[in-house]
Amino acid sequence: MQNTVCELEVEIKNADGLHMRPAMQFVDTASRFQASITVSKAETSVDGKSIMQMSMLAATYGTRLKIKAEGADAAEAVEALRELVEVKKFGEPTPEEKSRQMS
Amino acid sequence: MEIKKGIAVSPGISISKCFVIDAEDYRIPRRLIEPSQRLTETQRVRNAFKDGIEELTRLQAEQEEIGGQKIKDIFAVHLSYLRDRTLRKKITDMVNTELVTAEFAVSSTLRDIASHFAKVKDVYISERAADIYDIEHRLVGHLVGGKRQDIAALKEEAIIVARELSPTQTASFNKEYVKGIATGAGGRTSHTAIVARSLGIPAVVALEDITESVNAGDTVIIDGNRGIVIINPDDNTIQQYLEYAVEYTELEHRLDTIREKPAETRDGVRVMLMGNIEFPDEAQGVLQKGGEGIGLYRTEFLYLNRNTEPTEQEHYEAYSRTVAVFKSRPVVLRTVDLGADKYTQSRRYIREPNPFLGLRSIRFCLQNLTMFKTQLHAIMRASVLGDLRIMFPLITNLQELMQAKMILGDVMEDLDEEGLPYNRKIKVGIMVETPAAALTASMLARDAEFFSIGTNDLTQYTLAVDRGNELVSTLYSSVDPAVLRLIRTVIQDAHKAQVDVSVCGEMASEPESVMLLLGLGVRTLSIAAPMIPEVKQIIRSVTIEECNKVARKVLGMNSERQISSFLRDAVRKILPEAF
Repeated sequence: MQNTVCELEVEIKNADGLHMRPAMQFVDTASRFQASITVSKAETSVDGKSIMQMSMLAATYGTRLKIKAEGADAAEAVEALRELVEVKKFGEPTPEEKSRQMS
Repeated sequence: MEIKKGIAVSPGISISKCFVIDAEDYRIPRRLIEPSQRLTETQRVRNAFKDGIEELTRLQAEQEEIGGQKIKDIFAVHLSYLRDRTLRKKITDMVNTELVTAEFAVSSTLRDIASHFAKVKDVYISERAADIYDIEHRLVGHLVGGKRQDIAALKEEAIIVARELSPTQTASFNKEYVKGIATGAGGRTSHTAIVARSLGIPAVVALEDITESVNAGDTVIIDGNRGIVIINPDDNTIQQYLEYAVEYTELEHRLDTIREKPAETRDGVRVMLMGNIEFPDEAQGVLQKGGEGIGLYRTEFLYLNRNTEPTEQEHYEAYSRTVAVFKSRPVVLRTVDLGADKYTQSRRYIREPNPFLGLRSIRFCLQNLTMFKTQLHAIMRASVLGDLRIMFPLITNLQELMQAKMILGDVMEDLDEEGLPYNRKIKVGIMVETPAAALTASMLARDAEFFSIGTNDLTQYTLAVDRGNELVSTLYSSVDPAVLRLIRTVIQDAHKAQVDVSVCGEMASEPESVMLLLGLGVRTLSIAAPMIPEVKQIIRSVTIEECNKVARKVLGMNSERQISSFLRDAVRKILPEAF
């Protein structure tokens, strides 16, 4: 099996950041793939399949995260995670949407 | 070696390995394990995760049914945490490398994570610390719960060390293997104490931070006679205690042989020895130890550990069971003594600034007449079954006594109307446990048929000392000259008025005080069942003349220290084994 490495940078776009429920969604998505997944915020690198480690990253709105996948399905994994973070935004509102909801 | 001093609540000596139980609602102390326990301890961690996952899956399914989406999401996050292998590994690694208990590894790992969250500036994220504490609580709960089940399945002798034990935990004790109990919390009347006494297991309570001082498998000595617990004793101490334990067992056997003999002094003065109980189940134990009745039947147990007031029928059943054991012999029932440290259903949430000087005991009853009448009704119904007597606690003045008797009169009228039989001539007496009652004993004697001196409260109120407060507990002594003067007054006034007087406080079961009390004129003592043979032995070894001399000497002394050492010497001469 081919061992590919894929790397990609994403930005947290939902207002409340990577709190518990988004962290769980991230881990659930990451766990669907065989590739090992490492997520880095500045100097800190954690296991993308561990909710404990992911939630402890405490990535708030606007934080940039580097996602690195290693394994046969690395490319698909990275793409799925990017979609979750930047397109679906964990099914949560952006700051603008949130303030609009409030008003 | 570490020596801890607590309150001795059940006599006897035990030396054994200890079995520690943490409490989920109390800080888990760092406790070490032996390298050989690594495997068991890491397996316990895995089991706790497994049990936690099962529990959460069930809770989540329940939410599915009632449509609680928010709560379901929270449970999903918690489940995700419990399924996180890196978290579990972090904990098992800690057990393996630092050699700590599963409880400590779980608690400290999760608390570290929680404090990490709490430090994050983003409010939304920092509040997630609460989730982590919740997960910690669940895991520790499973660990502690499993440990409790382990007590029932003990395969070797052990001394149980815990923060506090609940009645359900103590109920599952196997007497064959549980050799002693040491708890951080509790007092003489806590459930641990009562169960230990009725099972005959040595126990010491109120040892404060004992659970933080022991590691699983440490050797522990429990001295239930002196209220001492020794952790990891040195060889010398073990040797001393082994000898002491043998002596003590021999003494107990010897004392058992005097069970059938009367409590009579060498010069033929008869003393009545009765038992103090809290549960109907303890009545049989009093009889077995040679008790001639119940001198103090505490009735608060019906109110504790439950959310509703006990019914009249529940009162009646408990009392009739107890009376049935003693048939025509006296059973002195103390009406509910709730308040201060013992709460009732209706006032559980009211905090008083000074509860021991507050609405407690008879005062509480006189303000809660429905509750009080329910109990009196049950007592009166049971009064036809034997020699049941009523004792009102914490009387401070004549009005209280008159009022209580008037309510009893109302209850009798009710019974007449209902056509229910009762003992019209039931004896009604009071506890003399406040300086006010002691000083006015001659007045109270006109309306009370007997006095029972409660030396515990009398000492506390006379000396203004809370003996549970370690900062002042050394000032607490029932043989303080001030307390002794009050006791003497009560006895003299009772004799003048020809009212029966007994002593039912702890003092009556302290070997060093027995001669003094006899010398002061007491002829009835009510004590914890296991102490009956020893006290009887003392009574049978002395003459009243000797006791009178002791009392005369003691009343002439002006310091507590002088008195207690004099009394210790006196009893050591007649019963050397007891010391």
